[in-house]
Amino acid sequence: MAEVTYLEAIKQALDEELTRDKNVFILGEDVGYYGGAFRVTEGFYEKYGQWRVIDTPLSESGFTGAAIGAALMGMRPVVEMQFADFISCAFDQIVSVAAKNNYRWGGKTPMVIRAPFGGFVHGGAFHSACPETWFFNVPGLKMVAPSDPYDAKGLLKAAIRDDDPVIYFEHKFLYRRIKGEVPEGDYVVPLGKAKVVREGKDISVITYSAMVHTALEAAQTLEGEGISLEIVDLRTLLPLDKEGIYASVKKTNRVIILYETPRTGGVGAEVAALISEEMFEHLDGPILRVSAPDTPVPYSPPFEEFYLPKAEDVIQAARKLAAY
Amino acid sequence: MDISKNDLLQLYYYLKLTRRIEDRVTALYRQGRILGGAWTSNGMEAISVGYAYALEKEDVIAPYFRDMGAFLVRGITPQRVMAQYLGKKTGITGGKEGNVHAGDIHLGIFGFPSHLADNYPVAVGAALSFKIRGERRVAAACTGEGGTSRGDFHEALNMASVWKVPVVFFCNNNQYAYSTPFRIQMAVKDVAERAKAYAIPSEIVDGNDVIAVYSAAKSAYDRARRGEGPTFIECKTMRMHGHSEHDAAKYVPRELLEEWKKKDPIMNMEKYLLASKKAMEEELKGIDGRVTKEIDEAEAFAEKSPLPEGREALEGVYATPV
Repeated sequence: MAEVTYLEAIKQALDEELTRDKNVFILGEDVGYYGGAFRVTEGFYEKYGQWRVIDTPLSESGFTGAAIGAALMGMRPVVEMQFADFISCAFDQIVSVAAKNNYRWGGKTPMVIRAPFGGFVHGGAFHSACPETWFFNVPGLKMVAPSDPYDAKGLLKAAIRDDDPVIYFEHKFLYRRIKGEVPEGDYVVPLGKAKVVREGKDISVITYSAMVHTALEAAQTLEGEGISLEIVDLRTLLPLDKEGIYASVKKTNRVIILYETPRTGGVGAEVAALISEEMFEHLDGPILRVSAPDTPVPYSPPFEEFYLPKAEDVIQAARKLAAY
Repeated sequence: MDISKNDLLQLYYYLKLTRRIEDRVTALYRQGRILGGAWTSNGMEAISVGYAYALEKEDVIAPYFRDMGAFLVRGITPQRVMAQYLGKKTGITGGKEGNVHAGDIHLGIFGFPSHLADNYPVAVGAALSFKIRGERRVAAACTGEGGTSRGDFHEALNMASVWKVPVVFFCNNNQYAYSTPFRIQMAVKDVAERAKAYAIPSEIVDGNDVIAVYSAAKSAYDRARRGEGPTFIECKTMRMHGHSEHDAAKYVPRELLEEWKKKDPIMNMEKYLLASKKAMEEELKGIDGRVTKEIDEAEAFAEKSPLPEGREALEGVYATPV
């Protein structure tokens, strides 16, 4: 097995899918000749030509709509939002058209929207956001958010081969910082399955994407204090792997939900509601949330440092919860 | 453009079928048997009948809500239309959607989203896939003049022109977006001027003349199939009813309606067919009788069709459930 970066894993998935299936094509801003703002599609334009790696005008709504039309015709488009933040411009096409086509009139719409998201990059309010919660209440969509190269590659392949619209949230901070082993040859990571990335017995930390690494950092410190964290990586946000969540809660009886979005109405709210409805008798203490505060993502280093959830926040929550 | 007698009579048949099916829908709506809304294309039937009739079977359409004629031309049966309005399982969408909010991928009809002009970029994407795959198919999209003030309209025209894809855009300019008259929707004189900004050739046609719409559409489709890119066709007409049947449209000057009544597309087609001796009175009466019979049967079919079970609402959220 070769060790590759998170970004390289995404690139490999795209490259292999473009080769495997002629219906797959990429469109977005600067994805072609330039190779993408983060160089994810570098070299594809030369390899596959301008009609399979299509440079678009600045028209997020327009090219998302175009991807929908192509998908209806049996293509498997992969849209790149240059930054996940700009997905707001395409909100209507995603929630009104893509998500509802199959339900409303049987219009199967197999497409992927890649959305580079997340903070830690000093990007300010419009280059750092985690917009997954905006789409969390939209039946018909699927959403994934991998935390390591193995899942990044396997989930992207699964998303491209899936018959529904999938938003693929890839964390910008992880692109070149996280490396991991990726097997040779074709594999997929099925949608809808969470993964226990660290076994533990005292507290379940339910999280996804970059926050998985924050949780791992906290787990190391807490191990020294005799508190054992189990870390559940949701991987798929929509639909949630309820059984995967419940299995861990039954084991530890204590839950922290860790996520990078503003606190109110985040993924954590739904996970907490599910657990309190279905797992109440298994709980030994309150369900705690560790999240960003309810502000836009601020720019200045002390601000961003304050804004983003940190290992220390998880540690404090865990100490509080361990007392129950 | 030389149009065969058979085609002329077919156009007439679809105009009549569209008018009468929507008249029936309006009657049922007023009786409280159709819930929700009833938007019709009364007085504007020539647009959707004309643009749809000029297409080939393998082409696709992205219609809007005054395009009943296009649904029928593409092969949606009157039975499915009536059942759709009554929310029945046998309706176009099996009860998932009502009225004209429908589509059928097997007939090359994209579902209509209420957000006007949303389907414009979708049609561009279908045309893009034809270009990528080297197919000779075209996509036709339609919206009202109201929808041409939305961003998706402009993004779609721009992309289509830059990519030179085989799509033809139609605009039903019926002079009112709900209650808002043209003059406070846009400062240009004709919607077609908007296409100039994107270097798309445009044409203005009499939207009440089905032959004019059909001919303009056919030429534009031919052009698209030759790889020469998109065309924009503005069809001038007048909305003769309210926005929906609940709306008395008191904001529309009566004189304007009186004037447009004289330009009724079906009356005009009848006059043309008879004056040019393309059809005899009896032939037109025969078509009329056929239409009445089909609609009566469709209504009966819809009435006796079952309603869906409430819990079936849970089905179909995903094409592939996880």
